[in-house]
Amino acid sequence: MSESIPEAGRPVISVTDLRVNYGEREILHGISFDVERGETLVILGGSGSGKSTLLRTLVGLEKPSGGAVWIRGVNIAQASAREMDEIRKKMGVSFQGGALFGSMTVGDNVALPLREHTRLEESTIEIMVRIKLEQVGLASFEDFMPSQLSGGMKKRAAVARALALDPEILFFDEPSAGLDPIIAAGIDELILELKKAYAMSMVVVTHELASAFLIADRMLLIDRGSVIAMGAKKELADSTNPRVRQFLDRVPEPQVEDELNYLQMLTEDRKPRH
Amino acid sequence: MKAAYKVAAVPDRVGLETLKGLAYIGGLARLAGEAAYITLVGPFRGQRLRPQRAFHQAMAVGVRAIPIVSLISFFVGLIMALQSAYELQRLGAIQFVADAVAISIVRELGPLITAIIVIGRSGSAFAAEIGTMKVTEEVDALETMAVPPVAFLVAPKFLAMLVMVPCLTIWADFMGVMGGCLFGVAGANFTFVSYLKATSDALVLHDISTGLAKSALFSVVITAVGCQEGFSTGAGAEEIGRSTTAAVVNSIFLVILVDLVFTTLFYITNRV
Ligand SMILES: Nc1ncnc2c1ncn2[C@@H]1O[C@H](COP(=O)(O)OP(=O)(O)OP(=O)(O)O)[C@@H](O)[C@H]1O
Ligand SMILES: [Mg+2]
Repeated sequence: MSESIPEAGRPVISVTDLRVNYGEREILHGISFDVERGETLVILGGSGSGKSTLLRTLVGLEKPSGGAVWIRGVNIAQASAREMDEIRKKMGVSFQGGALFGSMTVGDNVALPLREHTRLEESTIEIMVRIKLEQVGLASFEDFMPSQLSGGMKKRAAVARALALDPEILFFDEPSAGLDPIIAAGIDELILELKKAYAMSMVVVTHELASAFLIADRMLLIDRGSVIAMGAKKELADSTNPRVRQFLDRVPEPQVEDELNYLQMLTEDRKPRH
Repeated sequence: MKAAYKVAAVPDRVGLETLKGLAYIGGLARLAGEAAYITLVGPFRGQRLRPQRAFHQAMAVGVRAIPIVSLISFFVGLIMALQSAYELQRLGAIQFVADAVAISIVRELGPLITAIIVIGRSGSAFAAEIGTMKVTEEVDALETMAVPPVAFLVAPKFLAMLVMVPCLTIWADFMGVMGGCLFGVAGANFTFVSYLKATSDALVLHDISTGLAKSALFSVVITAVGCQEGFSTGAGAEEIGRSTTAAVVNSIFLVILVDLVFTTLFYITNRV
């Protein structure tokens, strides 16, 4: 495996043979993919397949036990604190649960990255916050506490916060899970808009097929910690791999196999099969 | 057979627990050191201090604790007066009640009682606040925004505690003396002024300053334990309860331990 640093113009994110453990258990068994500049990559997968873990590793919250994650040409496992800060200022993350700061108003949540990383006047920050909140349809909720928002509103506020510094890369964990179809469609719309307006690179984790096919340039299907399919929408839709078909056609797992797999997962430290 | 096995395992267990204890204290020292660096050195290196957050903490930690600290230290001062008067009376030396109260409150009980109240009010709150933020991924969110959690969450608390706990201690000392004074005036032929005069004669500046030095140390211990317990919160709401309890119990233990070490050093260095 060559460890050369990708130069500018190369993929924004490059993941090579990534392995991640929680304690003894290996969750991701050697994952490789690239995200090109301006591209939206959707990571699909069943519950517990390791999507959030992958996303957390991409943003530097989990340490890989093997392989590497390169963001804008920097290997984030070996980056200095300063390099990592520079990368992080250029990325926005919207967590699965929103992760809004419960002790601050929605407006202060969105203003936080601006107050921390820019020397803008408070009046300018106020205007920017209002613009960001308008963008996600929460214009009049600036002074609400996160606890006063519904689940969907929290997600949108989290997106507004992730957008605060006009990032180059956006990471979304389940942007529309648990939302009603109208709001979910609204979030898809928002993602498409951001893509068009800012040419952001995005990594979106989801298990909603319709939304995935709507927003993706490319898709990555993860099953129990390994990539089982990757490609443009059409390639995925035409795939003949039985696991891929099962996921796309929503075929339920046969009960017995499910339990066996579950037992297997619990009892042995699964090694990837090559 | 089994019992013998268990007995044989005791040294191993003791060793293991000791190592764990040392690792815990090492973690506290690192956290406190980092917070101290950010608060005291960071501003000179262009890192930002967050004065509003520290001010907000100072209100919560200090100002809002004044009523309960006043009440408790007043009562303790009164209790100390009653207890020492009981002994002093038998020696015919009841006029020394002001000295007894002053010295015990200023040197020992003022700092200690303040510390214990602050542990109950703020140490536990630190653990609960940071623990909740850990569970809801707010700490992770800070990290992904390139806002260091220690600088954002711990440093303002560190600064607020370092200022407010000694201030509360001075106030507690004063209220304790007032408690003693109530007894002095009501039961030991003092007037208000003569009691205060006796108190100030009994004290030297050194008594007050060692009390304050101790309370500053306590504030560091309480902040470090509360925040460390918060950060070590695992997943799930019940974990927050565990962290909060651990923060209170460990803080009380460590504050008493620090007090013992400090008082011993004080005794040794002043004996000659
Ligand atoms: N903090 C953790 N400690 C230990 N194991 C974990 C932890 N977080 C996740 N796991 C395990 O890692 C595996 C993948 O979890 P992950 O959260 O990445 O799944 P996911 O694909 O995001 O699922 P979902 O769609 O339900 O969000 C699961 O089997 C889970 O048990
Ligand atoms: Mg997930």
